[in-house]
Order: sequence, then structure tokens, then C-alpha cells
Amino acid sequence: MDSSLFLQYLFAGITYGIIYAIVAIGFNIIYNTTGIINFAQGEFLMLGGMISISMLQFMPLPLAIAVAVLVTMLIGALIEMVFIRWINNPSVLRMVVITIGISILIREAALHVWGESVRALPYFIGSAVTSIAVFGTRISPQVLIVIGACSIMVLGLSLFFRYTSLGREMRACSANRRAATLCGINVKNKVTLSFMLSAGIGALAGAVMSPITYTQYDNGTGLAIKGFTVAILGGLGNSLAAVAAGLILGIIEAFSVSFLPLAFQDAVAITILLIILFLRPHGLFGSSEAARLKEF
Amino acid sequence: MTFPKRYLAVAGLLAMVVGIQQLTALTGTAYYLTQLTMAAYYSLLIIGLCLLMGYTGQLSLGHAGFFAIGGYISAALTTHDFSAHGDTLLLGLMEKTGMLMHRQSLYGEPLLNVHPWPACFIAIGMAVLVALVLGVPVLRLKGHYLAMATLGFGIIIYRVVLASEFFGEADGISEVPAFNLLPGLSVNGDFAFRVTNYYIAWGLLLLGLVLLLNLIHSRVGRALRSIHGSEEAAEAMGVDTSRYKLYIFVISAAFAAAAGSFLAHYNGGIGPSEAGVMKSVRYVAIVAVGGMANLWGALLMGVLLNFMSLRGMFGTYDDAVFGIILILIMLFAPRGILSLRMTNVFRARAKTPGE
Amino acid sequence: MLELQGVHKHFGGLHAVNDVSFRVLPGTIKAIIGPNGAGKTTLFNLIAGVLAPTSGAITFKGSEIQGLKPHRIAALGMSRTFQNVKLFHGMSALENVMVGRHIRSRAGFLAGMCNLPWTWTEERSIRHRAMQLMEELDIAAYAGVEATSLAFGQQRAVEMARALAAEPDLLLLDEPAAGLNIYETAEIARLISRIRDKGITVLLVEHDMSLVMDISDEIIVLSFGEKIAEDRPEAIQRHPEVIKIYLGGEEEVDARAGGGTQPC
Repeated sequence: MDSSLFLQYLFAGITYGIIYAIVAIGFNIIYNTTGIINFAQGEFLMLGGMISISMLQFMPLPLAIAVAVLVTMLIGALIEMVFIRWINNPSVLRMVVITIGISILIREAALHVWGESVRALPYFIGSAVTSIAVFGTRISPQVLIVIGACSIMVLGLSLFFRYTSLGREMRACSANRRAATLCGINVKNKVTLSFMLSAGIGALAGAVMSPITYTQYDNGTGLAIKGFTVAILGGLGNSLAAVAAGLILGIIEAFSVSFLPLAFQDAVAITILLIILFLRPHGLFGSSEAARLKEF
Repeated sequence: MTFPKRYLAVAGLLAMVVGIQQLTALTGTAYYLTQLTMAAYYSLLIIGLCLLMGYTGQLSLGHAGFFAIGGYISAALTTHDFSAHGDTLLLGLMEKTGMLMHRQSLYGEPLLNVHPWPACFIAIGMAVLVALVLGVPVLRLKGHYLAMATLGFGIIIYRVVLASEFFGEADGISEVPAFNLLPGLSVNGDFAFRVTNYYIAWGLLLLGLVLLLNLIHSRVGRALRSIHGSEEAAEAMGVDTSRYKLYIFVISAAFAAAAGSFLAHYNGGIGPSEAGVMKSVRYVAIVAVGGMANLWGALLMGVLLNFMSLRGMFGTYDDAVFGIILILIMLFAPRGILSLRMTNVFRARAKTPGE
Repeated sequence: MLELQGVHKHFGGLHAVNDVSFRVLPGTIKAIIGPNGAGKTTLFNLIAGVLAPTSGAITFKGSEIQGLKPHRIAALGMSRTFQNVKLFHGMSALENVMVGRHIRSRAGFLAGMCNLPWTWTEERSIRHRAMQLMEELDIAAYAGVEATSLAFGQQRAVEMARALAAEPDLLLLDEPAAGLNIYETAEIARLISRIRDKGITVLLVEHDMSLVMDISDEIIVLSFGEKIAEDRPEAIQRHPEVIKIYLGGEEEVDARAGGGTQPC
């Protein structure tokens, strides 16, 4: 494989990898505050793309994306308030099934609103054939935008959780809910906030990736599975590890095309998921002790 | 020995089945029989899944995968032309034991296929094998890990049949021949044999039901319920919980594969959507709504909801309906899940300091 | 009957069980006592197969059982009850006891699904034997009642019947007298003695000293995971180490008013 092709695969892997990482971080944020795996996570990306595309008819691109992100965040909050908030003492399994149901509903709604057609946002810079030279190969600037936007989100999130009081309060909720309540933290609101945050980053990621990956009403499920794989790979709840894990999965997936038929590319992620679940459910970077402490 | 109540109930169901058929004959609505036949086959999968979910508490979000294994292998073996390999050892052996059949394609060309009977056995056998291999690691997982693993399995099967030429890729497999069970009893989609097929399907379903009912009321069934009641105590009483869970998983896979195989012959074909996530979710929703540990409820719901779906009563909202059902059941009446939750509460209570 | 040799169980840095060795002779009643946190339940779980020892050997009827899963050990002839009675909810008391007969019966998946005639006789005998045991324990009246809805004392009896239904050679009782009053405790003591008289070896963990001193042939004292003493009841009562564990140092004896049976 010559170096140019290698770099192409590498960039493709990094691009998709960081998107999967954002999905995984979305999982982690909600998981950390509630212990729930939100299966509808992938739909947030789909919605981000779809709503942006619709809004584009009425407003310039940056505004359209902003609106899409806000609307998706609202949807995230709505989901939490309608379905999640009032259930007492849910069993994990029950919540998984409910969120799967929610993701189906969102999908079907999207199907009826936007139809089956594949859509895409226009390239932010130039067009589909614009490319810039990087390290001896040519890639689309959109790739850099995706990587850039997602990296900024990751950075922003780590700063948020570490240095702002709101972020610290959310971390407190995840560490010990009861103690957080006793400290005067409004846990219920933090839960809603976590859903909104996950929805927001998902939507933004969905919007920036739309020109490259296209957007279709059923994009969500596949992304959710891969995002979950990445989350598990890095250790559930560990967002920094999720970034590393995302890159690993993305790159493996990208390079798999060179020795597997293209049609099986999706199966790579799932196979890795199954292997991890069977062999090392606490992920590459998690510890088995910590994993056992969390009630599954 | 007193005649078990459950057989009376089965007899009652049989009477209803016959009655409905007679009714459709009288009112000239025999076309309902087609959907009722298909619904019966799907319900075979449903009751197997009910056994799995209700009696071992394992959620399987990939059961459509087993259905697809059964259906696709039956379809592929009975339609794929093996003439090119006619002189290999394996095929020579199969020829001698009568497992092959010679047919003519639509264009008059000679075809060498596998006979439906051995194809069906192989199909179900494959499903059993996969369930055995998959079951060992999967059944050790809990909660959302189990859900994800089964979901992942289903998607892999879907991807495989979608991508593989042998399985017809996106178009699936068509022209699947009739399955001659016995002289005069043939599984096919021919309108002339509509009534016969109706009875074959329901016969298979009732047979499966009887087998499962027997199991539940047997020593094994009691052991299963004890696992459900307190897994730790069941182990202490000598119940090999992992093996029992595995066997139930395999049985439910076999039922699903049988349903897939027969339905492939009835429909004359099968497509990748049968392996899709949406189907798996649908099956889980039906079992949940019928009452997780309630075979009769699952059967009733299976027939009812599948019939309605097949007749197009849900229109374009087909998948959405089952999604809604799932959510509503889980939100308001997780009765099956409720008994699972009791097990969790039980476990939680047991974890007092010093344990 | 049962022999432990150098059994250790570590949880990370915690030595729950530290180099414990002892023997239980057939047809005897042996009790394990010790303050809370001494490792008694862990030891039980090691013997029953719920946990595997970090090192050491556990031999039952001549074969090594450490590391075996509980159902295999049960099949070898060991039965147990639980500290917080673990009955099967959703099943009647009779059905609970019938599950106890699981290892003494054979009907498997195929026979069950096909409802073969030989299973009918087996089911009848299982039911009969279960009822017999319930009658012996005076709980036959509750046969059809849902097990977890019974009163605590009755639940204990059901669990006992369930354990006995397996016709074990060794019976492990985890705090059989917990939550029982004086009269009930005395009854349990009589019951356990009767069980021993039938030839079943009994190993029990208990806090109630009157029960322990009354019926045990031998007592083992554990403290912080280590075996402090192993002897006949009279000797244990006079053992200085044991007294120290339960009553504190000599200075504290006067400060405590009466009762040396409560562990600190």
C-alpha cells in the first residue's frame, strides 16, 4: 500500500473514529449521571444532520446548524422528562428496552417527516471535489472540520466537567447520587442537562459529518452500536478513553477495507464489540474491580 | 393420573383453529388463511422466545438472526445449483443417501439442489450450533451487555446475508421450492393448498406449544422457575444454572430456525429484512406484551399482532407500532420484567454486609 | 467427611480467610463461631462452592472440591441453607421442597418435553417424598402456599425441608437460629440433633451460644479469618483466646454487665 493510500485510510479512520468517540461520550455522559445506556444516542446525530438540512432552506449554514443543535437538545430534554424522569428505581434492562423503543419512534418519525431519501449538507468549504494537500496526500477540508469540531467539543467538555461548578456538580451526581442530593445539588435537573448535553454534541457531530457520510433516517442505529462499542472498549463512563478507543475502532474499520469485502465493514465493529463483551467487558482501559462495583 | 389441564387447553385451541378455518370457508374469506398461516409460523418463534425471556430472564434482541439462519439456509440449499460440485465426495455421499433432488429451472436447465427435508435439518442444526457457540459467552453477560451482545449478533447475521452472494444479497432468495413433508402434505404458497398449509402451520405451532408446556410442567421446568426465583439457591440445590440457560437458549433458537425454514418454503422466498433489528425488536415487544412468562399470552399476542401487521393494518407505521408497544409495556406494565426485577430486589437484599 | 487444608481467601488486600484447616467427622455436629466479620460466611461459601479459595484444598468424602461449582458439590451430597432464607419466590412451599429433590431425580429436557410415562412415576415420588419431609417438620399445612409469603420461622422450616430433600451426607446450616425466639431455637436444636442421629453430618455457623453449646460435638472459633480454637464445647468455653475475643480484655470484663454471649 503506498503512503498516499495509507494516509487516506488513516484520515478516514480518524474522521469516523472521532465521530464514534463523540457518540460514546454522549453515552458516557448520560450513563455517568443516570446509569442508563441511552440507545437513542445515535438518533441525535441523525436529527442534527436532518434538521440542519431542513433549516438550510431558510437560513445560512451556521445558523441552520445552531438551530439544529438547539432543537435536538430540546428533544433530548423532552425524552428525559417524558420517559425517563418519573420512573422509580428502574432496572437497567428495562431502561435499555425503553430507549430502544424511543430510538425506533424517532426513526419512524424521521421517516415520515423526511422520507427515505438520502440527504446531505453541502460541504462547508468548497465542494465535494475540493481538496487540500496534507502530508503528501489530498483530503477534503470537511475532514479537517469534522476532526476540528469534535476535538473542540472533547476539549470543551473536559474543561467543562473539570473547571466549571456545573460540571463538577454533574460529576458529583455520577459519583454518588444520594450524596450529591444531600449537598444540595438538584440531581433531577442534572439528569435533564446530561441528556441535553449528549443530544447537543451528537447533533453538532451529525451536522459536520453530513457532507461526508450523508444523512438518512436510519443512520442512527448503526452509529449507536458503534458508539456503544467504543464506549465499552474504552471502559464505560471513561470519556477520555473513549476518544482513544474511538480512534482505534475507526482506524481498524478503515483499514479493514483492504482485506475484507466492503459490505462486511460494518460487521467489523460488531465483531469487536462481541469480542470485548465476551473477553473483557470493562474495556481496554477500565479495571475489572471498578466494573464490578457498578450494578449492571 | 389426572389428565393435565394444559392438554385440555391445547385441545380447545385446536378446536378454535378448526373452527376459524371452517368459518372462513363458510364466509368466503379464505384469504385470511394466508396471514393466519404466516402468523402461526412467526408465533412458533414467539413461544420459543417467551420461554427464553420469561423462564431464564434473558433478553434476546437478535432472535431474528436465528429465524434468518433457518430460513436462509433452507432457502439457499434448496435453490442453489450444486451441479458444478456434483462430483465432490460430499455431494456424492449426499446423492447416495437421497438428500439431493434434481429439478429443472424455469428455463428448463437441470438443477441439483438439496432436498428440503435434509435442508431443513441442516438449517435447524446450524442454528443450534450457533446458539451453542454464542450462548456460552453471551449468557454470562448481564443487563445491557446482554442486550447489546444479542443485538450485535442479529446485526452480524443481517450483514452477512446482505453481503453474501450465496444468500442473494439485497434481493434475498426466491423460487424456493415446495417442502413435501409427506405425500399429500406440502408446504408451499400455492392457493390450491391453502387449507392444507394452514393446518400444517398450526399443527407445527401446536406441537411446539405442547412440547414447551410439557417442559414447563416437568422437573426441568420447576428447576427453571427455581433459577428465576433465586439463582443462588437453585445452584445450591444442584441445578446446573448455566447449562439450563444454554439449553433454553438453544431450544428457542431451534424454534426460531424451524419457523424460518418452513416460512421460507411457504413464502417461496426470504429477504434480508427478516434478519433485521426491527424484526427482533418486534418479537421482543410481542413477548413483553403477552406477559413474559406466559406462553399462552405470547401465543395469543403473536398471532394477533402478526396477523394485523401482515394484513397491513398498521400501514407505514408498522415498525413504529411495535416500538410504541415496547415503550408502553416497559413504562407501565413490565410485568414480565417485574418478576425479573423481583429477582434483582432479592439479590439486592441479600447483599448485606458480611455476605 | 469434610476436610479443609490451608484454605486462604483473599479479596484484594483483605484476607477474609487465612490458613484455615479442620476436619469434620461423619455423623457429628460441628459449629463455627466467631465475631461478626470473622469470615464465617466466606468460609461457608468456600465450602459450598460459591467462592473458590485463593489457595488450599477442600476435600469432601475423599475428593477435592475446591473450585467446583455449587451444583456439582450439591450432587456429591452436600446441601445448605442460607442466612437470609433464599426460597424460590413465585413457587409454593411444596414446589420449593420438590426442587430439593432435583439431584435425586433424572428427568431431563427431552423426557420433560415429551412427557414420557416414566417421568410420571418419578414426579409422583418426588412429590411424595417432599410432602413426607414437610410433615416431619410440621409444615405440611403450608404446602400450597406461596413460599415467600409465609412467616419467617415457617420459611426457615421450608428451606430446611428443601435441604433435607436432597438426602445430603453433609448439611451446611447458615445461622439456623437467626431471628428465632428461645422456644423456636430449642426446637431447631432438637431438629438438628435428630438430623445428626439419622446419620447426616452437620456443619453450622451460628451466633446463638446456647444452641451451639447445647448440640455441637465440636466447635471452631474464627477471628479475623483465622482459626483460633477447635475443641469440644466445654473446652471452648474455658479457652482464654476465645473469651478474649468475645469479651474483650480482662479489664473490660467487670465493665460489662452480664451476658458473654453477645459478640462485640
